[in-house]
Amino acid sequence: MNATLRHAAWVLRGNPVTLAAGLGVLALALVALLGPSLVAYDPIASNVPQALQPPSAAHWFGTDQLGRDVFSRVVVATRLDLAIAASAVTLSFAVGAVGGAFCGYAGGRLDRWVGRFVDVLMAFPLFVLAMALVAALGNRVENIIYATAIINLPFYVRFARAEVNVRRNQGWVEAARCAGNSHASVVLRFLLPNVLPAMAVQVSLNLGWAILNAAGLSFLGLGVRPPTPEWGILVAEGARFITTGKWWLVVCPGGALMFAVLCFNLLGDGLRDILDPRLRT
Amino acid sequence: MASAPALFGVVVFTFLLMRVLPGDPAVFFASGPNAGEAEIQAIRVQMGLDKPIPEQLVRYLWDIGHGRLGRSMGTGQPVTVDLANRLPASLELTFTALLLALCCALPLGIGAALAPNSLLDHGVRLLCTLGVCVPTFVSGLLFIYAFYYLAGVAPDPTGRIDIFASQPPTLTGFLLVDAALAGDWEAWHSAASQLVLPACTMALFVLAPLARMTRASMLAVLTSDFVRTGDALGLSRRRVVLVYALRNALLPVITIMGIVFSTMLGANVLVEKVFSWPGVASYALDALLASDYAPVQGFVLLMALIFVAVNLLVDLLYGLADPRVSVA
Repeated sequence: MNATLRHAAWVLRGNPVTLAAGLGVLALALVALLGPSLVAYDPIASNVPQALQPPSAAHWFGTDQLGRDVFSRVVVATRLDLAIAASAVTLSFAVGAVGGAFCGYAGGRLDRWVGRFVDVLMAFPLFVLAMALVAALGNRVENIIYATAIINLPFYVRFARAEVNVRRNQGWVEAARCAGNSHASVVLRFLLPNVLPAMAVQVSLNLGWAILNAAGLSFLGLGVRPPTPEWGILVAEGARFITTGKWWLVVCPGGALMFAVLCFNLLGDGLRDILDPRLRT
Repeated sequence: MASAPALFGVVVFTFLLMRVLPGDPAVFFASGPNAGEAEIQAIRVQMGLDKPIPEQLVRYLWDIGHGRLGRSMGTGQPVTVDLANRLPASLELTFTALLLALCCALPLGIGAALAPNSLLDHGVRLLCTLGVCVPTFVSGLLFIYAFYYLAGVAPDPTGRIDIFASQPPTLTGFLLVDAALAGDWEAWHSAASQLVLPACTMALFVLAPLARMTRASMLAVLTSDFVRTGDALGLSRRRVVLVYALRNALLPVITIMGIVFSTMLGANVLVEKVFSWPGVASYALDALLASDYAPVQGFVLLMALIFVAVNLLVDLLYGLADPRVSVA
C-alpha cells in the first residue's frame, strides 16, 4: 500500500494535470456537501424586479427570468447532479462487476452469450435507450438514476468479464480453489479484489459520462423537474433566452457541467497512468 | 449479421418496456381528468390494451411485419408516415455532421501522429479532451449565441429552411439534394445556412473519438516495417503516409465509426431540440413527453434498423479497406 502511495505521489509530481483534476473533484465534492450553506440567495425564491440581470457584484452569474440568483442555483445543483451520477455509477458498478466477474469465471456458453449481448448493446444508441427507460418508468429523479445505471452496465460487465477471464486459470486462483473455497468465494474474495483497481479508472471515466447523460435527460424535460435546480434544467431554461443574448443563463450552468465532466475525465486518465503496470517499475 | 437477433431483442424489449411498466395511455388520452371509467375502458379496448400481454406482443410483431407501427395520438397520422416524413431531416443532419467530423478528424489525427509532442499534437489532444466534455446542448446554444446573436451571420435557429424561402419539390427529402436538383440555389443556400450550426455542433461532439483513434492507429502504423521499407525505397513521404500507412491505419477508425454513428443518433435528440430541427428524434421526444407509445416504439425500432444497417455497412467498408477480411 505504501509503495502504491509513493508511486502515486511520483506519478502526480510528473503529471500536474491529474493533480489539478483531483483537486477539482475534491472541490466539487465539497460544494456538493456544503451546497446550500455556501450561497447568499435562496435558489428557488423569485425576485421578479431583478429579472434577467447580467452578472454583477451582487449576482455573480446574473439572474434568471424570475430574478433568481443563477450562482446560487448552479452551486446548489451540484449536489443533485453529483448524487445522480454517483448513485447510478455505484449501482451499475456493483451489479456489473459482480455479474461480469461470475460470467467470466463460469465461461462457456452463458459467458459467450452475455458477451455477445453486451457488445451489441454497447453499439446501440444508449441515450435513446435511457430516454425510453425514463419515459416508461415514469418521470422521476430515481428513474434517471436507474436509466443511467442501466446504460452504464454494459461497460462494467464487459470489463469485469475480460479481466476475470484472463485470471481465472492462474495459479493463485487454482490455489484458492484447492484450499476449499467455493466458487462464489473464489470470485468474490479473490478475483474481484484483484480486478477492482483497474475498474476504479472505469468508474472515474464513467462518472463524467453519467453526469453528461443525466444532464442531457433533464435538459429534455425528463426526470428532474423545475424549479429544482439542476444543471441540465438550468441550461434548458436559459435556452429560451439565448437568442436575445442572455448568455449567462446558459454559459454558467453549462460551464459548471463541463468543469465537472472535465475533472472526472482527466482524473480517470491520470488514474490509468498510476495503475498502468508498465509505468510501475 | 450478428446484430439481427439484437434487432428482435430491441423490439421485444421496447414493447415490454412500454406496456408492462406504469403509465396508462388510456387514462392519458381520455377526454380529461373527469373521464368516466367506461370511457377509459373504451379507449383501452380500441388500443388493444385489454388483451393479455403475450397476445399484444404477437399482434405488435404481426403489425411490424406488415409495416404498421400504429397511429400517433399526437399527430393523428400513422407512425410510419410521420417517421418517413421526418427521417430525411435527421439523416441529412447526421450525415453532414459525420462528413464534417471526418474531414477535420483525419487530417488532424494524421498531422498529430506525424509530429508527436509538437504544438499540433498538443492542440489535438486538448481538442479531444475538451470535445468529450462539452455537452451538445451547451455547445449548440453557444454557437447560436455567437453566430446568431453576436455575429448575426447565422439564420434564426428554427427549422430546416427559412420560412420565406420556397420549399423545393420533395424528391429525396434531403433539402440540399432536392434544391440542387430543382436548380433552386436560393433555397439551397437557405437550407445550407440552417444546417451549418447543428451539423457543426454534432461534428464537434464526435470529432474527439475519431481524431484520437486516427492518431493512435496512425502512430502504430508509422513505426511498422513496411513504412520503413517504403521510406528506404525512396518513395515520397506523402506517398508513404497517405497511400500505404493511411490505408492500414483506417481499419480501427472504421470500426469506431460504427460506434460514433450510434452515439450521433442519440445526440440527435439533443441537437434537434436545441435547433428546433423537425427530425425523427424531436418527434419521438414530443410523443414521449405525452406518453404516446406508438411513435416512441416506432422510433426505437427505426434506430435499431439504422443501427443494424450501419453495422453491416461498417463490415462492408472493412472488407474494402482490408481485402484480407472476407465479407461472408
